[in-house]
Order: sequence, then structure tokens, then C-alpha cells
Amino acid sequence: MKVGVVVFPGSNCDRDMYHVLTDVFHLDTEYFWHEKGLPKNIDAVVLPGGFSYGDRLRAGVIAAHSPIIKDVRKMAEKGIPILGVCNGFQILVESGLLPGVLLKNESLNFMCEWTNLIVENNKTPFTNQFKLHEKIPIPIANGEGRYYVDDDTMKKLKKNNQIVFRYSKIVNGSANRIAGVCNEDGNVVGMMPHPERAVESDINPVDNKPSSKIFESLIKKIGVEN
Amino acid sequence: MSLEEQELSELKSKIGRNPTSTELQIVAAEWSEHCSYKSSKRHLKMLPMDGPLVIKEKGYDSGVLDVGDGYVVTAHIESHNHPSAVEPYGGAATGVGGVIRDILSAGTRPIAIFDGLRFGNIEKDLQARWLFKNAVTGIADYGNCLGIPTIGGEVEFDECYENYALVDVAALGFGKKENLIKNHAKKDDIVVLMGGATGRDGIGGSQFASDSLESEDRSAVQIPDPFIEKLIIEAVLQARDDGLIHAMKDLGGGGLSCAISETADALDIGIEMDVDKVHTRESDMHPDEIMVSESQERMLVVTSKSKLKKLEEICKKFHIGCSVIGQVKFDHQMHVTKGKKTFANLPTDVVANATLLDLPSKEPTYLKTIETEKKFKPVSDYSKTLMKLLASPNIASKIWVYGQYDHEVGIRTVVKPGADAAVLRLDNGKYLSAKIDGNPKQCYINPREGAIGCFEEACRNVVCTGAKPIGMLDHLQFGNPKDPEIFWTFLESLKGLTDFAKSFGIPCVGGKVSLYNETPSGPIKPTPVIGVIGLIDKKPSVPQKISKGDCLLIIGDTKDEMGGSEFFEYIHKFVGGKCPKVNFDDSKKNMKSVLSLIKNNLVKSVHDCSKGGLAVAVSELTMTNQIGCKVSLDKVPGDKLDVDRILFSESHSRYLLAFEKKNLAQIESLLNKNKVSFKQIGQFGGSDIEFSNKTKSIIKLNVERTRKTWLHSLPNLVLHGKK
Repeated sequence: MKVGVVVFPGSNCDRDMYHVLTDVFHLDTEYFWHEKGLPKNIDAVVLPGGFSYGDRLRAGVIAAHSPIIKDVRKMAEKGIPILGVCNGFQILVESGLLPGVLLKNESLNFMCEWTNLIVENNKTPFTNQFKLHEKIPIPIANGEGRYYVDDDTMKKLKKNNQIVFRYSKIVNGSANRIAGVCNEDGNVVGMMPHPERAVESDINPVDNKPSSKIFESLIKKIGVEN
Repeated sequence: MSLEEQELSELKSKIGRNPTSTELQIVAAEWSEHCSYKSSKRHLKMLPMDGPLVIKEKGYDSGVLDVGDGYVVTAHIESHNHPSAVEPYGGAATGVGGVIRDILSAGTRPIAIFDGLRFGNIEKDLQARWLFKNAVTGIADYGNCLGIPTIGGEVEFDECYENYALVDVAALGFGKKENLIKNHAKKDDIVVLMGGATGRDGIGGSQFASDSLESEDRSAVQIPDPFIEKLIIEAVLQARDDGLIHAMKDLGGGGLSCAISETADALDIGIEMDVDKVHTRESDMHPDEIMVSESQERMLVVTSKSKLKKLEEICKKFHIGCSVIGQVKFDHQMHVTKGKKTFANLPTDVVANATLLDLPSKEPTYLKTIETEKKFKPVSDYSKTLMKLLASPNIASKIWVYGQYDHEVGIRTVVKPGADAAVLRLDNGKYLSAKIDGNPKQCYINPREGAIGCFEEACRNVVCTGAKPIGMLDHLQFGNPKDPEIFWTFLESLKGLTDFAKSFGIPCVGGKVSLYNETPSGPIKPTPVIGVIGLIDKKPSVPQKISKGDCLLIIGDTKDEMGGSEFFEYIHKFVGGKCPKVNFDDSKKNMKSVLSLIKNNLVKSVHDCSKGGLAVAVSELTMTNQIGCKVSLDKVPGDKLDVDRILFSESHSRYLLAFEKKNLAQIESLLNKNKVSFKQIGQFGGSDIEFSNKTKSIIKLNVERTRKTWLHSLPNLVLHGKK
């Protein structure tokens, strides 16, 4: 089973994500430069965090026009699991693959801190191993992480069960404390916090088991082959 | 911004003719204090630079330490004081960029950034507040974008930095020993300039930094572009993996002038270059401007013609500039042309080696009376005093600062910022600990003992994580060296650092000297900043959460050393008194004992006693662990002192240990065996910080309330102007 990690100019969590997918979860993983296409035999795609194009104009907006996004879109339509983390989430909303926008944090500052997530939808390919409302200790690191949608879309999100993660307390002013959402089909998930920074006990000061379930869910969904 | 008259005649006699205007610009940049270290170089040799782990290679801009299993750690420290004082955002950001490229030059990936920031009194001075806020944002925007975690540093405010700023940046790199760039050049090799375009920013930056700041010359400040820097890092590391780099140097102070002359001098070659080949931001730049522009995000690479195509492909992938600007010659000349016309043709050793100065020094007169204390009004309420200190800008939590830095990216950060020292995991299963420390208040009172104190404090911080110090970085920041009194303080600090480094066997692996740090009201206080790197063989067992019933023990004597203390300076507004002095024997015994206690898993947490003394150190332990503690001041070992001195003396070599009661006997026997001065002075529990003297209660503060004040006072001051 093959996972693709997309690399944009300015991605900086690609190596961390690759390490977690390969060394921690033993998934066959390959990097894909944003100017290349994705092969047909990919089983999941991850858009990692970073500062694609130096966050110029607006975080994620230039990368959303990269050649590879065409293929990501096709994969999304085919129902293949796609995860966007931090800048990857910003790219997914900017490319219209996920609803909403990510605005500057209420503090107007970059924020790097540990927080707790609550799982609100345990049916996606990245959350199927969680109990509903399970708590995940996890770090955030972003300047533009405040999720926003208009009232009508918010109603739809709730109705379609598209809110995947919420912060357990107010962190950055996100609407409804939303930290992650999915598309209507549930196969495309975006989240601001960094699961790849929380799955190893060495660097997780609280508990690395909950965040590991994000990757265990993916393995459950796509299977593993050694 | 040019050569002094005597330097000009020296240049003339060395080359036997009048220099051209381009030659003058090149030499003025390279002979500036910033690039040549002409005032300090002959003295810096006293520092020990060799050690069993030190790897030396010609032309390195950073120190290299062997950490075993085929891996190396690189380290470097720089400052960007003059630019930051004028344009704090760009100055601080490009300070980060420069030191990162030094790490990259050795062929290692940058893995951590540290910042030491110093400004005027932010409680009163709005300019200082503006400088502080923007310098922090500059560092955050640059480091975060690069994806290199900023994991440590320090922030200090003192009136001596009024209308000025000290921005020190240290960085660490990591890589395989076999991937280190072995700087060399072969016949017919070519010289390539990679990265950002050369523009008119930072013109004369190194001379600007070698002068007292009189006019606000913003055009001398470089413009940051972290996105380009990130692309350069990836492109260079890929070129390194593909074996395309023979030699490499970053473009920093002095721009092309310094990079070309220093590379040629280090490799014992000549370089001929054509300014028309340099990719520029503007079309009408004069050769002089191209040669001294300090535009950022540029690397000079020596490679062979056969490897050029591959190098160009890498640069094309990342959309960064790549120009062949010259070739290697074996005539030891730095030959600069524009097309066929020669603009400069100088021997590289003349350019790269300014005549070193031997400046006079004289003990400052102020030191004769500085130790005399005056009588203070007795403190009526120590609880209030402690609360005031915990809310003071120098002691209050710096979470507002490091919370804006991505300190997790790279997934190495085991011990996060806010602890004594940060700890990173390495790929060979070992752990790296690092910290930078300065103390201008103590260095002003006693430049020698103060500098030693900074060194020991950085060691203590690293030791608190269980790491053995293996290398040191020094950054020496002083005022105008031509003032003999200032130069004396520089020499004293340097001698102190040398003695400590030699006695403790810690080599200096990198450093920087920054002089001419003068504010409108005079020179800054002597401000050496010391970085210490430590290594841990297995996963550190500290810190663990402290719980009810755990014991508090202090190692090291508390002495009557109040000079430069926060208690004297912040509470009593008094500058003077006796500077804390490190006793080398005690220091070694204490370090060794703490390391073996941690290694034997006997302690939960170790915390160093420094700014604000015992009272602040105990408070920090209680606040970070959210638990109370009862401390008996009468049990504190050391001189017989009044309670205010026991509470707030900043004597060195002291550590606070928290541990489970069942380990007490074992800990005591180890400390007795090592002949260490120590005493159990308290116990954790409850919800208050309590200090008593015999039966008399001295301080009682609620931990949670105190913690809130400590956490929020700095952001409140910066954002709302009040604590």
C-alpha cells in the first residue's frame, strides 16, 4: 500500500511526516514534488505542513494552483483518503477541496503550543479507530489557523457530520472551535494541529497513543502490506 | 565608511600603487572590524579550540563536533545588533538567516535556533518595547518559515541598551561526518553564486556594523526572504548529497568581497570573477555596489565544470538563481572584472588579512568603588517583593516570546523551551542539550567573574538536563574598543572565559566579536553571551512531574554576592555590590554530582539557581509543576546571612533538586562521598509557596495566582503597556 507525501516549495513538515509514515507506521511512502503528477496506484495522499511559497498572498493559495493539485482533486473524487495538515489543510481549503477558510489567529501571532482535540466524527479514514469525543493531546504551530465559514455552510457542515476535530477549549478563535473538517464524502480531511509531532513518546510530553490512532485509522482503511 | 588614512597608506605600500575605487570598497569591507576582527583577533587565540570531539577543516564558518556513530553536530553564533537597532524586524530576521547559512556551509542541516535578545527598559521606554516586539516577530517569521525550531534563548532588559538592541542568534546543525564539505579547489574549477539576486540592500553593512550608530542608515540593513533561504537549504543539501560541492561559503558581512577573498585565502588559490555574470535585482548596479552588497540568501560554491549541469538542474527545480561568476586560478589574486575591463586585482592575503591592532587597555575607574554597597530601606513584606520580581520583565515567563516560535518542527524537541535547557534527539539515539546565557549586570560589576558566571550558568543549565558539556560558543559584545577602559573589560572577560574553558576542558567551537555597541548615552555594559552544548548518551530521565511529598534539596553554597542581582537592581535600583564568583573546584564537584544523580535516576527534576536567586528558582519549580512547597531558609547552606540575601543572592554553582523521599538516603550518600555542600531545605505539597526562617513565616504566596502573574505580565506589558 502506497502513501504519497506531496512536497511544495517551502513545505517543511514533509520529512517529519515521511519519518512517521515509514519509520513509525511502516507504510510504503514516497515524496512527490508539486510539479510532478501522482501515479494511479497511490492509496492515500498527505499534504504536509510548512510555508508553501513563503505564505505569500495568503497561506496555501499559490500552492493550490500547483500542477499536482489536479491529480489530488481526481484522487479526492475517486474516494482515496487525503489528509492535509496545517499548511496542507490551508491548501485544501484554498483549492476548494474542503469548505471554509483559515484566517489569522485571534492573537494575530504565530502560535506554537500543546492543546487537546476532541474527535467529533469517527467515520473518516483518519479517525475510524477513535471513540466519539475521544481526547487527543497534540501541538499546533500556525499563524493562520482560525477556521471560518459562513452560517449556511456551518449548518451544512453540522448536518453532514463534516466537523472532524474541535479544540477542547478556545485556542485561536476558530468558529465553533473547529480544528479539522472533511469533505461531504468524508475521504478528504484537513486539520491544523500536527499529528506527526505527537505519535512518538520521546517528543510527546503527554500521551502519544491517541494521535497514533490517526495513522492506525489510515492503516485500517487501506490495509498494510509488508 | 572607508579606510582610515593609515590603513590606506598601508594598502598602497602593500600593492605598490593607488587602489581603484572598487579595490577600496573591497578592502574597506574586508578590513572592517566586523569582518577582520582586527581589534580582537590576536587575543582570541588564547581560547582553547581543540578537544577530542572537535573536527577542524579549513574555511568553516561553524564549529564541528563529533557526536559518535558517524554523526556530527555543527554550531555557530552571530549577532545582528546594529541592523536590529535601526530596523528590528529585518535586522533580527536576517540575523537568523546568516547564522543558518554558516551551518549549511559545512554541509549540515540546521536543526535548531537560539536567540538572545536585549533591549532597554520596556516598562518605561516605548522605543524598547517596539524594538522587542518587532525583533521577536522577525525571528518568528524567518525561523518558522524555514522549518527550523527555535528552541531556546534569553530575553533581558537593561537601561544600558536604551535606543539600541542586541540580537544574538545561535544555531545548531546535524549531519553525517562523511557528508561534511571538505573545502578544496582543483585546477579549472569554477565559482558559482547560488540563491537570491544581488541588490542594493545592505550596502556597506559590515562597515555600518563596525561604527557607532550615529545615523539611522536603513539602506545598510538587509532585506529578509526566508522562502528563498528555505529553497537554498534544500538545494544545497541535495547538491551535497550528489557530491557537487568542492567548497562553499555563505555570503554575509562584506558580501562578495569577503566571500571571494576569504575562500581564496583559505583554499590557497586565486579567483577571477566577472561582475556582469552576477544575477542582480537591478540592471544598473556599479561593480563597487555588486562587490559589497549584503543581499541575503546567497551561497558561493566552488565546483567543477563537469558537475555544473547537475547543479544547475537542482537550482532550476527550486527556481533559484545560479550564475557561474568566475574561475579558480592559482595566482593568489582576487581579480574582479566587468566584461574584459579589470576593476580590482589584489593579492588575496592582503585583502583577507587586515593588520591586527594591539589596542591599549586600562582598568576602568568606576570599578574601584563599585563593590561598595549602600544602606537600603528594610523590606517590610517579602511576599510582595517576590511577587514584584516574578512579574518583572527579566524574570517573568517568556512564553509570549517562544510561543511565537515553532519549537516542535523537525520532531526532535524532547525538552521544550521554558526549561533550563532544551533537549533534542539525534539520529544515533543520543540527545543534545544546549543553552545560551549572558549577564551584563554582573559583567559590568566584574567583567572577569561575570563572564565566567555566564559560562558556568550555561553549563549548569545543560547539566540540569543530564548532559555533559562538550563545547562552547562565545559571543563578545562591547562598546568602542578604542576606549582603553572598554578594551580592558573585553580582555578581562576573555581571560575569564579562557581560564574556565581550560580548567573544565570545554573547547570553544565558535564565536563572534561585536564591538562599537554604543547607545546615545554611552557604551553598553560588557555583554558576553555564552552558548554551551551538551551530550546525553541515553534518553534523559528529567524532568518528571513533581508530586506531593517530594523533597527539595539544594546543592551549593549561598554567599553574600548581591552585586548585579535582580534584587539590588530591580527592587532597590542599585548598581553595585560584590559580583558572584565561581569557585572552580566546587563547580566541578557539583556538576559531576548532579550528572551522576540524574544518570542513576534518583531525581525527578533539577533546576538551576540564577536570576532572582533561590526565591525565584523555587517559585519557578512550583509554578511549572503547579504544586506548593515549604522551604526553611535557616537550613540553606553557605554564609550566615540575612533572609533577604538567602532569598535573592545569585551565587553560582547552585542546583535545586526535587526527588521522591525514598531516594534521600542514596542521594545524601552520593553527595557526601563527593564532598558537596548540600542540604534538604523543603518539601512539596499544598497550594502555597512558603519560605520560613526557623519558625517565622517570611513569604507565603498562592501558587496558582503567582503563576498567572508570572505568565501574563510580559504580554500584558508589551501589548497593553501594563502588568
